[in-house]
Amino acid sequence: MHANPLQTEILFYLGPVPISEAVATTWVIMALLVGVSWIGLRKATANAGPLQTALEVLIETLTTQVGEIMGRNSAQFVPLIGTLFLFLVCANLSAVFPGAQAPTAHIETPAALATIVFLSVHYYGVRSRGWREYVRRYTRPTPLLLPLNILSEITRTFSLMIRLFGNMMSHQFVLAIVAFLAGLIVPIPFLALGILIGLIQAYIFTVLAAVYIGAAVGNTALE
Amino acid sequence: MDIHTVSVIGAVIAVCFGAIGPAFSEGRAIAAAMEAIARQPESAGTISRTLFVGLAMIETMAIYCLVVALLLLYANPFAG
Repeated sequence: MHANPLQTEILFYLGPVPISEAVATTWVIMALLVGVSWIGLRKATANAGPLQTALEVLIETLTTQVGEIMGRNSAQFVPLIGTLFLFLVCANLSAVFPGAQAPTAHIETPAALATIVFLSVHYYGVRSRGWREYVRRYTRPTPLLLPLNILSEITRTFSLMIRLFGNMMSHQFVLAIVAFLAGLIVPIPFLALGILIGLIQAYIFTVLAAVYIGAAVGNTALE
Repeated sequence: MDIHTVSVIGAVIAVCFGAIGPAFSEGRAIAAAMEAIARQPESAGTISRTLFVGLAMIETMAIYCLVVALLLLYANPFAG
């Protein structure tokens, strides 16, 4: 009960580089996602088997959802947004396995994901509008608002990170307190609630990333 | 009172009062969305997606208070 949520425990050292538990869990999730998609779509046929059908349904759903949020020209964002969503679902739900911890409950993983979103917002924004038009967006409606626009750009990335971290970490703490007070059957509803929280947070993070990128791209057609 | 006691009290106050405003406003937002869905069930998808994004924005205020509380408890710059 005296664990510091801002500190990470080191699992082992890879040469001089310390590898924390969150990073190891992330590697397992990455291997799992890549492996399942590789096995499922290695020999993609029109007469699809069960795994390929399941993956196709998943991708169809993701494409439809991203399309509804981002409007037209959304197909090119599906790989980024979809991977973000699938990774977050796996990462948030990895805490249900005994002994594993959600990597998103430590601050580094949300920080890295928020950085990816932050950079891709500007990348896609510049690519679709051009430098001048994209920078000019920050001086609207008046140049007086330039500091505020820049500040909001930073704070929304920060809140994206803290929202995911805070929700996952605080749930972990609640679970630890409940297990400390009454260990046998009482934590089970809280574990079920944790699945719901993990899914909702993955959804919110993905939707916000899609909204931010969509706003940066604007209505200009992407070639 | 030493600095640790003051920090704990500060963290408690930050979370307490920081939770009140977002709780009220999230309740109002959800109530309005429920009403809208009850009137127009066919637009439930758009409304609930907008609701989720809006709730995330409102929740940010509470999360900033959580950050302040966490900093006071675990990374206090005054505690040495």
